[in-house]
Amino acid sequence: MSDKEIKNLEEIFEARIARDEKIEPKDWMPEKYRKTHIRQMSQHAHSEIVGMLPEGNWITRAPSLRRKAALLAKVQDEAGHGLYLYSACETLGISRDEMYEQLHTGKAKYSSIFNYPTVTWADMGAIGWLVDGAAIINQVPLCNTSFGPYARAMVRVCKEESFHQRQGYEIMLKLCNGTPEQKEMAQDALNRWWWPSLMMLGPTDAESIHTEQSMKWKLKRKSNDELRQQFIDQTVPQADILGLTIPDPDLKFNEETGSYDFGEIDWDEFWQVVKGHGPSNKKRMKARVGAWEEGAWVRDAAMAYAEKQEKKKLKKVS
Amino acid sequence: MNQDFLVLCLESGSVAVLIQKHTNMSKNWPLWEIFVRSKNGLEHRHFGSLHAADADMALENARDVYTRRSEGVSIWVVESKNITASNPEHNGELFEPAQDKVYRHPTFYDLPDEVKHM
Ligand SMILES: [Fe+2]
Ligand SMILES: [Fe+2]
Repeated sequence: MSDKEIKNLEEIFEARIARDEKIEPKDWMPEKYRKTHIRQMSQHAHSEIVGMLPEGNWITRAPSLRRKAALLAKVQDEAGHGLYLYSACETLGISRDEMYEQLHTGKAKYSSIFNYPTVTWADMGAIGWLVDGAAIINQVPLCNTSFGPYARAMVRVCKEESFHQRQGYEIMLKLCNGTPEQKEMAQDALNRWWWPSLMMLGPTDAESIHTEQSMKWKLKRKSNDELRQQFIDQTVPQADILGLTIPDPDLKFNEETGSYDFGEIDWDEFWQVVKGHGPSNKKRMKARVGAWEEGAWVRDAAMAYAEKQEKKKLKKVS
Repeated sequence: MNQDFLVLCLESGSVAVLIQKHTNMSKNWPLWEIFVRSKNGLEHRHFGSLHAADADMALENARDVYTRRSEGVSIWVVESKNITASNPEHNGELFEPAQDKVYRHPTFYDLPDEVKHM
């Protein structure tokens, strides 16, 4: 194809997206669209999968059967989210194995938030409330993104997220209405998860490189800073109901804008975590790679069994 | 593969077995397309795909991945390689012939307003 022909196809393609038409896997698409989607969707999938680890840490120690059942269901949902996204991503021509390879070798990133440790039960509350809360804000606009399989996966994910956030908030509520020690535990969890949750919504607009193209392709509908503001504005009143204090002395309602002004985010910390130097990066990757490698014999055995059954069937027929 | 291990195998003459084993090991679970009927009276609809060693496992995995909240009463699984899909680049010759056949639609026919129930 000549450059002119490609340029023409690109124009038609962009116009389709501008008209709110969906792009399906077998449609022609610019190479950059394919690559950007593979990157974003696989990293989104990796985040769901690695995101199971900090919470999986507490399943066996949940304080009641009710909490245990809920946490187990939530973590199972996150596995499901990872699987929806991996299979949506595979429609673009990358294999599941390649994606795992990229995750396990550190070539692909996942959300920085999952590199923080979960040290008390209250962290299960804070994660559901704040981390899933921030994830919802990020994901809802993606239900209308231009790539069909991604949009459909997001619709399913978003339906399931609301339970995640509510069960987390309920944990916080229970702790805040409990003993002073329990309330202190909830406050401590908020103190540790607040800033990482704000960072989770991504670098400030000034430093965000992909935004303009992503807006065009509806991979993004609001900027990181807008999403962050939305998150803060909806979360502060929820903290008030819990009777907890947001760990930001500069947080203040601004009558003029109708939003909360907030303090400086420590972006150095964010970049450190992204580059692999967060408190739990190594631990997460070790657990993930370990699970994959130690599960190899199970995958092989299942495949060997399937092949044996297939042969038996063929024998019967012949 | 570990080099010493390979040499050891060559020496013991079991290389054929080893190669056989190695090819088995690198075989990945195939991809399956999942179709779910959400309730009786509705058709099966494509829900997504997943990897599984065989059809039975694909059904079980589909139950866990796509129907955790009673989204279905029946599941079909089809190995993805068995699906033949039309090519969107040929949409013209495939679908355009239907476009100029307006006489296939009821509104094409002129009837007086007095005619009821038609
Ligand atoms: Fe999720
Ligand atoms: Fe979630």
